Amino acid sequence: MALIDTINPLLTTGWAKGDAGWGIKEYEARGGYRQLRRVLESKMTQDDLIAEVKKSVLRGRGGAGFPTGLKWSFMPKAAPVKYVVCNTDEGEPGTFKDRDLMRFDPHAVIEGMIIAGYAVGAKAGYNYIHGEIFETYQRFEEALDQARAAGYLGNNVLGSEFSFDLFAHHGWGAYICGEETGLLESIEGKKGQPRYKPPFPANFGLYGKPTTINNTETFAAIPFILGMGGEAYLNLGKPNNGGTKLFSVSGHVNRPGNFEVPMGTPFSKLLEMAGGMRGGRKLKAVIPGGSSAPVLPAEIMMECTMDYDSIAKAGSMLGSGAVIVMDETVCMVKALERLSYFYYEESCGQCTPCREGSGWLYRVVHRIEHGEGRPEDLDLLNRVTDNMMGKTICALADAAAFPVRSFIKHFKSEFEYHIENKKCLVDPETQRMGSGFFKAGAV
Amino acid sequence: MNNDNAQLSPEALRRIDREVAKYPAEQKQSAVMAALVIAQDEKGWLPKETIAAVAEYLGMAPMAAYEVASFYNMYDLQPVGKYKITVCTNLPCALSGGVHAAEYVKTKLGIDFNETTADGKFTLKEGECMGACGDAPVMLVNNKRMCSFMLPEQIDKLLAECK
Amino acid sequence: MVEIEIDGKTLQVEDGSTVIEAAHKLGTYIPHFCYHKKLSIAANCRMCLVQVEKAPKPMPACATIVTNGMKVFTHSELAVKAQKAVMEFLLINHPLDCPICDQGGECQLQDLAVGYGDSASKYEEEKRVVPDKDLGPLVSTDMTRCINCTRCVRFTAEIAGFMELGQSYRGERAEVMPFIGKTVNTELSGNIIDLCPVGALTSKPFRFSARTWELSRRKSVSPHDALGSNLIVQTKHDKVMRVLPLENEAINECWISDKERFSYQGLNSADRLTKPMVKQGGEWKEVDWNVALDYAAHALRDVAKNHGGAAIGGLLSPHATLEELFLAQKLLRGLGSENVDFRLRHSDFSADGKRAGIPSLGMKLADVSALDRVLVVGSFLRKDHPLIAQRLRQSAKKGTQVSILHSANDDLLINVTARAIAAPSQLPALLAQVAKAVCAAKGAAVPSDLSAVAVTPDAQAIADSLVSGSNSAVLLGNFAQQHPQAATLHALGRLIATTLGGRSGFLGEAANSVGGYVAKAVPGNGGLNAAAMIKTPLQAYVVVGTEPELDAANGAQALAALAKAAVTVVLTPFKTPAMLDYAAVLLPSAPFTETSGTFVNTEGRVQSFYAAAKPLGETRPAWKVLRVLGNLLELSGFDYNSSEDVRNEALGGKREFAAGMSNGIEGVALSIGDGSGKLERVADVPIHFADPLVRRSPALQQAADSAAPSARMNAATLAKSGLAAGDAVKVGAGDTAIRLCASLDNGLPDNVVRIAVAHADTIGLGAMFANLTVEKA
Repeated sequence: MALIDTINPLLTTGWAKGDAGWGIKEYEARGGYRQLRRVLESKMTQDDLIAEVKKSVLRGRGGAGFPTGLKWSFMPKAAPVKYVVCNTDEGEPGTFKDRDLMRFDPHAVIEGMIIAGYAVGAKAGYNYIHGEIFETYQRFEEALDQARAAGYLGNNVLGSEFSFDLFAHHGWGAYICGEETGLLESIEGKKGQPRYKPPFPANFGLYGKPTTINNTETFAAIPFILGMGGEAYLNLGKPNNGGTKLFSVSGHVNRPGNFEVPMGTPFSKLLEMAGGMRGGRKLKAVIPGGSSAPVLPAEIMMECTMDYDSIAKAGSMLGSGAVIVMDETVCMVKALERLSYFYYEESCGQCTPCREGSGWLYRVVHRIEHGEGRPEDLDLLNRVTDNMMGKTICALADAAAFPVRSFIKHFKSEFEYHIENKKCLVDPETQRMGSGFFKAGAV
Repeated sequence: MNNDNAQLSPEALRRIDREVAKYPAEQKQSAVMAALVIAQDEKGWLPKETIAAVAEYLGMAPMAAYEVASFYNMYDLQPVGKYKITVCTNLPCALSGGVHAAEYVKTKLGIDFNETTADGKFTLKEGECMGACGDAPVMLVNNKRMCSFMLPEQIDKLLAECK
Repeated sequence: MVEIEIDGKTLQVEDGSTVIEAAHKLGTYIPHFCYHKKLSIAANCRMCLVQVEKAPKPMPACATIVTNGMKVFTHSELAVKAQKAVMEFLLINHPLDCPICDQGGECQLQDLAVGYGDSASKYEEEKRVVPDKDLGPLVSTDMTRCINCTRCVRFTAEIAGFMELGQSYRGERAEVMPFIGKTVNTELSGNIIDLCPVGALTSKPFRFSARTWELSRRKSVSPHDALGSNLIVQTKHDKVMRVLPLENEAINECWISDKERFSYQGLNSADRLTKPMVKQGGEWKEVDWNVALDYAAHALRDVAKNHGGAAIGGLLSPHATLEELFLAQKLLRGLGSENVDFRLRHSDFSADGKRAGIPSLGMKLADVSALDRVLVVGSFLRKDHPLIAQRLRQSAKKGTQVSILHSANDDLLINVTARAIAAPSQLPALLAQVAKAVCAAKGAAVPSDLSAVAVTPDAQAIADSLVSGSNSAVLLGNFAQQHPQAATLHALGRLIATTLGGRSGFLGEAANSVGGYVAKAVPGNGGLNAAAMIKTPLQAYVVVGTEPELDAANGAQALAALAKAAVTVVLTPFKTPAMLDYAAVLLPSAPFTETSGTFVNTEGRVQSFYAAAKPLGETRPAWKVLRVLGNLLELSGFDYNSSEDVRNEALGGKREFAAGMSNGIEGVALSIGDGSGKLERVADVPIHFADPLVRRSPALQQAADSAAPSARMNAATLAKSGLAAGDAVKVGAGDTAIRLCASLDNGLPDNVVRIAVAHADTIGLGAMFANLTVEKA
């Protein structure tokens, strides 16, 4: 179980009992489904509901940070068939918050989705769950059965006029399905190749019908927002960055795990909550928003607060809130090689610049790492990334480019050292011990 | 275990039907991912005859099913060992020993990635992010069982459990 | 309409247009690979990136919808930089093997690389190699050249109707392929060669035989089905090397069927007759043209003199040109014979004299796409009319309801609304049911002939579909026209159409199914029709462009009749053992590529063409042969200087569409049996056996559509006959029998054995429509 800590527990209130607290009884006991009941019993209008969410300035927790209430308001009112889709295809390296949300509080996600269905006029929803977390998928299916049995799902939810059913769709190993239109294709039983936008899902989504698609954490926040009121939720964070946020901290910290903190919490505080640097070593670099976000050197990162605006100002992205912490035992060339391999492996193969460019990037970084770099390689990498960025259907090409550009930008001398000396700046034994896999002195 | 690759067992078909029921009636194809998983569970991997049988059952072109089977990386288009161990070596895991864990398993089993032990018991795969970076090193056994914090002692224990 | 500006030029385009469509309207070329106007938008190649004012990133012109006031720059620095970037990516893994690539010289990638590529590659890593695929005998693959534009994938799924190709795997390892172990079997497969913008998919028969710049090009018209697809015939040293579609939106759009694309191989067949031949004293001799023509003229004149003109019959191919058909009937009539017919596979001629005009499609081909309800009666639609099936496939996707009434439930790859499938003898009754139900729904009087008809649910479902539309048509296919109650089917189709306020029409069987009527190549007063001419042997026959044992409704009977004739003059591009047996004179006449001529397609459109190559050996255009024969016979009106003279006389002037077309019919006594209960034959004409030319294409003969005929039955019929699929069976019709292999076809109704006609293996079975016996051999 991932360690957790919070400054202001909201989303994680139900996590305290770990695997023993996920069931419907426990959820109801801590106030669960009360907001759904209130919405239905008070016959709250769709506009009022969306207005409340807008007030909270809840921004999409999947990575793009788009205001949720605004997204909901784009759904055409008159369309007879609409869908709500939850994106639990959490495969961005460094991100593991949705898995814990689904393990410890699946009913919050369910309640959030039902309320969203009510708000946008959808009668059915799907939760797309990352392929590699089968046990979590199974638990979610169980939670759905519980909700159905309790009358929260199905025809005439809680005796109201509103009918809504929800299903789980299990992925099977494709990062690209985290992209919302790739995910929709995947639910339709196809390869998860993203669609050209526009039209956006709000107009042409699942099965061509208007669809609202949000991240798991976004949906999970909805019952809490309705519980405390949009404004109160906003005030937990910073203006334009409402509420609390789950941060997944991984890498060279003493206590990797998920942390719920108010938006705007200093990075240094988050690092401290994660137990500080492993072995007391020195912080070298941080990727603050999942592997696709540009890396930031320690000195810049230590000045940042954890919210969309501060991280953006520092030249990176808050993304999904995945904080990958690297200490001085890391060879930045090797780190980049692994990330570049990831994008090469996960490119869907649709658009030329990404299909061809992701492999080109990986091969050049691989060469440098293996002592076959050439002085002109760094310019070449920058040129190839430049040719990839902004030229594809989805953002995967950009996601492949950002690490390359930012690693070279901030750690250029390390790359140059590698090219010149055909070896890592950080000596191999130091790298080896950095992972903590081997006990000191063991072979 | 059903040995005819073009035939799915009644139990498998029943499970597929349950998946089909999740989607609108005219969208049976939506169940193809789940159906292929069910078929793979039954056959141990996905021979072309099985993929074609799934496609036929769902009323889609075999090629459309093959596109899906070859796109998502947990489908096995080649036979695998009784235990398929997938090790995440992506950066966040690697920072906490993912690569070293893979090396450890390789040494223990005497195989490299994408190889199967001579006794047909283990296949080793390199995995991409499993969404559990806080638990690094992370491994998957037969796609469905996630193993966390896989340091040498835990790996030894896992391998011993796999009989 | 919205107004947009492209490179400073403003224009008005329809709402919903894409930037690339708008640019094409202006004549502005935007480089592209994956975009194709007939396919769904993929936007994957990214070659068409352009700059759009206010957009931060370059936008794909193929997928960007125009908005009012949009300003597009196709050659700005941003656009060109993006296009060059994409070109570089496309080339890094491309083998650049243009010197050994068949696409070289007509390759979009090669062309665009000149404009957008660099002279040297910065890519110094290892290049990708992709294994080739076996797509069958027609399409060759070099998959390493593939740029993953997925045009071919989209073609099979969207145009051909079944996804035979896909893009498997992902990322850099993505590759286009058929399902493991499968080939591409659609009858439209060759179009993926044209669609492929690189040399990944090329023509297998054409492979390595010529460079594109060595080829001469001539426009032509397909001599096969009744669509009249427009072609480009490419020759090298007067040998046809390749046939490609010539785009004509009103007819074949930008497609052709494999039959039309690859039949040219038959032109170079070893069967080609290259010198005139006469049989003297039982011995065949190659002779000069004047000797052969003299011989033919004398022989025909002698028969006419001794037995009367009515002792001569003319069996003319419906694939012959208008000019050939016209001169042949004129020659026969000059000899005093009214026995002339081109409807060789028909068996019911009772509509002759009752038609209001020349039967045709009854509308423009393009109008077919606009119909909202269609009933196709008696048609192996996909194989008989691949591109009309394609049109209906597209309309069905847009909501047109297509229903089928037939004796086989073949997969048309069309979303069919309603189906009624029954044995051939029951088709008239079934169509009568539809007619009755339509009359009832429309409140029209039910003709007394139909009073006893009971409407079955299948027929009711078809009627329900038809009456729910506002622009309907009943289309009678080849099988309906060949049917023993063809006139009844015609009359009932007409009744349904008029009751609906819709249209009725015929899907013509062959290139000149309308042209034959225009040319008057049908019996006149007292003349014998095609069936009668072979039922009772005549003294002499003139055979033009056909092999009656394969092309007639009863091949065995045709052979017997020809064998008994004293004189048979054959105008043919091919010589066959059968001809050497029955004929007296063989006159080598030109196939469509070696003559000028005209086909009048099923909608009545007159399409003339010139020869694409010099006639092979001493072959001569048949119109010239007939003209000289006419002169030798001293017939009047044979002084033509050109095929155009003949055409103009046949048409009554120069015309775009034939005159006198009507599908009206009066005075047919409806013949509505309700089935014999006996085992009946369903005879299809397999697509690659339908005419002498296509039968001789080696590549097509290896295709999946060319499988040897078997005795196909549904499970119940097999069981009833005590048979299992795979059994050797003896199939009998009357006093003849042949041996075949039994096979399972659950698309067939009960009590039916489907056995293809037009194949050497089944000539012995005789008539296309007959009662059969089947037993284990």
